[in-house]
Amino acid sequence: MTAYNFAYLDEATKRMLRRAILKAVAIPGYQVPFSSREMPMPYGWGTGGVQLTAACLVPEDTLKVIDQGADDTTNAVSIRKFFARVAQVATTEATGAASIIQTRHRIPEAPLQEGQILVFQVPIPEPLRFLEPRETETRTMHALEDYGLMQVRLYEDIARHGEIARAYAYPVRVEGRYIMDPSPIPKFDNPKLDNCPALQLFGAGRECRIYALPPYTRVESLDFEDYPFTPSKAAGQCCALCGAMDSYLDEVITDDAGGRMFVCSDTDYCATRVAVQAEDAA
Amino acid sequence: MTAQLTPGFANPPIEAAHAFRQVLEAMAHPGRIMGLAGIAAPAPCSAAAACVLLTLVDGTTPLHLAGAHDCAPVRDWVRFHLGAPLVGPQEAAFALGTWDALGPLAIYPQGSAEYPDRSATLIVECVALQASGARLTGPGIKDAAWLNLPDPAALRTNAALFPRGVDIMFTSGAQIAALPRSTQIGDA
Repeated sequence: MTAYNFAYLDEATKRMLRRAILKAVAIPGYQVPFSSREMPMPYGWGTGGVQLTAACLVPEDTLKVIDQGADDTTNAVSIRKFFARVAQVATTEATGAASIIQTRHRIPEAPLQEGQILVFQVPIPEPLRFLEPRETETRTMHALEDYGLMQVRLYEDIARHGEIARAYAYPVRVEGRYIMDPSPIPKFDNPKLDNCPALQLFGAGRECRIYALPPYTRVESLDFEDYPFTPSKAAGQCCALCGAMDSYLDEVITDDAGGRMFVCSDTDYCATRVAVQAEDAA
Repeated sequence: MTAQLTPGFANPPIEAAHAFRQVLEAMAHPGRIMGLAGIAAPAPCSAAAACVLLTLVDGTTPLHLAGAHDCAPVRDWVRFHLGAPLVGPQEAAFALGTWDALGPLAIYPQGSAEYPDRSATLIVECVALQASGARLTGPGIKDAAWLNLPDPAALRTNAALFPRGVDIMFTSGAQIAALPRSTQIGDA
């Protein structure tokens, strides 16, 4: 494929993206505006993540792409093939073998290593957006560290539902300063954001925002002293395929008579465990 | 024009990608010294600084050349390879020079409370980079890192402005280390 520049984007666009990424790394949790380009896929399919990946890729990289934890879903397969074609990079499904991992809505179960880059696809980067629709106002709120509205929202959840009723995109505080939307990852994954050895980049293509968590950054999920944050998943269940008790589970409906099973959302984690068990049994 | 113009990247997409990853690693791990080489830079510009300029600077980013770096060979090189407008420190998105030539940090754009990203990035040419001196902590640093900083007091003032403030890349020969505004600077 020689008709495209390396990693699809032109060099001027990559320079713009790279400058934005560096500022995002320098100000953890702050959303840096950038001039998002049209990509050969619709908004909502990871245009922000794809632009970040394109700006970071080198030919020696090994790329992994997951969608809700799975390597074999349409979105993940298309993006992986896209970069294999326009950047000639190696691809993998193994978390440990990847140097860049682009993800939609999950953090892999296997611990990430220093030197890896995790690229998140973000639909709505502004954690205050559903509380205050005006960009001018949310920008001022971030500038003044005026986050009372978010605390009230969490309090109202407790008042109405008895708990903070948010299972995904659970807001976090970065280094005690910016409140950040971790993208729609389940809150089960929130503790993995904290003190992570890998660099985490977040890209929202439609909303034209890039933000970042450098390695070893303090990331706290918002809560109250008497209502502490709890990462949750399907209670009391284990994976029907590999038996994992510690992984995030997807519920799969198996028939129309109420039959269902729970399986690991992270397909690589599950397949690796199944392979090890098969080896042990043999 | 007296000196001959030195070439930029031979294969821009690949070499710029490699250079950016080194710069990104440096920025994501403040104080970590990374290699950055591959091109012949116009004196007195270091190879690492020239790599950073080729990777990040273009016609949309005003550049300030300070002191000895504001000379005909560097200006010609910038004009030919980058096309960046040459400006004073108050309008600069990037600035290049030695610590003394660059002057006080406060004269560069610091960003605003609403847009802290609209601040300058300073490329500070150093004699040598060493993992000793001031103790660095903060995002990107596991326990602590050390780097020989030119003026810890001034850099501490810059860090205190967080989330405003400038970001700094120290370059020497074919090496680079970064000091974003988020890094806390302790004693030597």
